[in-house]
Amino acid sequence: MSVFKDSGHLFRLVALYAVGTLTFLGIRAFFVPHSFGQYGHYRGAAITEIAAHPIHFAGHQTCETCHADVQEMKKTGMHAQVSCEACHGPLAKHADDPSIQPAKLDTAVLCVRCHAASAARPKGFPQVAAAEHSNGLPCETCHKPHSPAISAGGAK
Amino acid sequence: MNISRRQMLILLPAAAVAWESVLAGTPESSPNYKMTDHWWSMLIDISKCIGCGNCVRACQAENDVPDGFFRTWVERYHVTDWHLENPEVISPDGGKEGFPSVTEDDNGKYFFVPKLCNHCADSPCTQVCPVGATFISPDGVVLIDQTYCLGCAYCVQACPYGCRYIHPQKKVADKCTLCYHRITKGLTTACCEACPTGARQLADLKNPKDPIHEFLRTHNVQILKPQMATGAKVFYNDLDGSVR
Repeated sequence: MSVFKDSGHLFRLVALYAVGTLTFLGIRAFFVPHSFGQYGHYRGAAITEIAAHPIHFAGHQTCETCHADVQEMKKTGMHAQVSCEACHGPLAKHADDPSIQPAKLDTAVLCVRCHAASAARPKGFPQVAAAEHSNGLPCETCHKPHSPAISAGGAK
Repeated sequence: MNISRRQMLILLPAAAVAWESVLAGTPESSPNYKMTDHWWSMLIDISKCIGCGNCVRACQAENDVPDGFFRTWVERYHVTDWHLENPEVISPDGGKEGFPSVTEDDNGKYFFVPKLCNHCADSPCTQVCPVGATFISPDGVVLIDQTYCLGCAYCVQACPYGCRYIHPQKKVADKCTLCYHRITKGLTTACCEACPTGARQLADLKNPKDPIHEFLRTHNVQILKPQMATGAKVFYNDLDGSVR
């Protein structure tokens, strides 16, 4: 058995490596988050955490569950495709608790955001030079925001 | 109360596991949402964009984006005659409050280009992250794990579209999540919800019934910087050649 003569230092070396590897694996297991590597080289739980962020815009489907009358009014008008919160702003809080009333809107600011005349806008889009167009009258004097076309019987 | 050494040894790890689950919390689950069933993208129709800035404001409200930083923004291009290589591009405050109006006498053409993260399938930003804090999710959305991000800003430099920034308070990278918290619940993104003309449409490339497939077949659609082979998934209809 001369092969194993003086071989003690080899076993000590192997034991040292084993202890080192186990220590490394232990530390690694402690510091690497559980879901790391679940889907790829990242923390899988991050996806569910991001998905759990709170919502601010309720979405027009939510609005329509209560405000069917407005939906009816909008349906045939030029603003049929404009969702409620495009003008009214984020109202998920109001949808959760209807006692929270949304702020009143100022048509003087709101309408011109989209409809102020500018050569940069697409040609077919309805635009007006607000000052000349209405002589200072607020837009809603003639146009109902939910269905803005002036009806045949109304004032031109 | 007397606790033996044996009981203590059993109790300690149990308490540690319990405490960990308390720390982790229980994120609101999204029932019926299967990540592997989706591959999200967005369609932007330049011919419909009126430059109102609704998308920018909606994004800031939905995602608490700090002032002066943008997850989405709108640029106005002004191209005179044949100077396609040198368009004049403006984006005052990201186009949040709209753009100064121009009169018909001005020469050249104008158009608006809404921009956001392209949620690239082969994104440079995810490849450079040294810690695995940014990644593309199984449903095709490039996300940031902000609890893991170091704020080294390699990704900010790597993004060829300039879509990332370092959050001024959190000091970590931040960017568009394609409203991941909304699309996983069946809602559209805040920018698409607020867009009055339908110039932005959220699209699911894995859904064979999504109208995007028909649209891509029948329109002249481009992506930004195709030469960089990023696999960008924001498709632009009617995009002028001067946009890079």
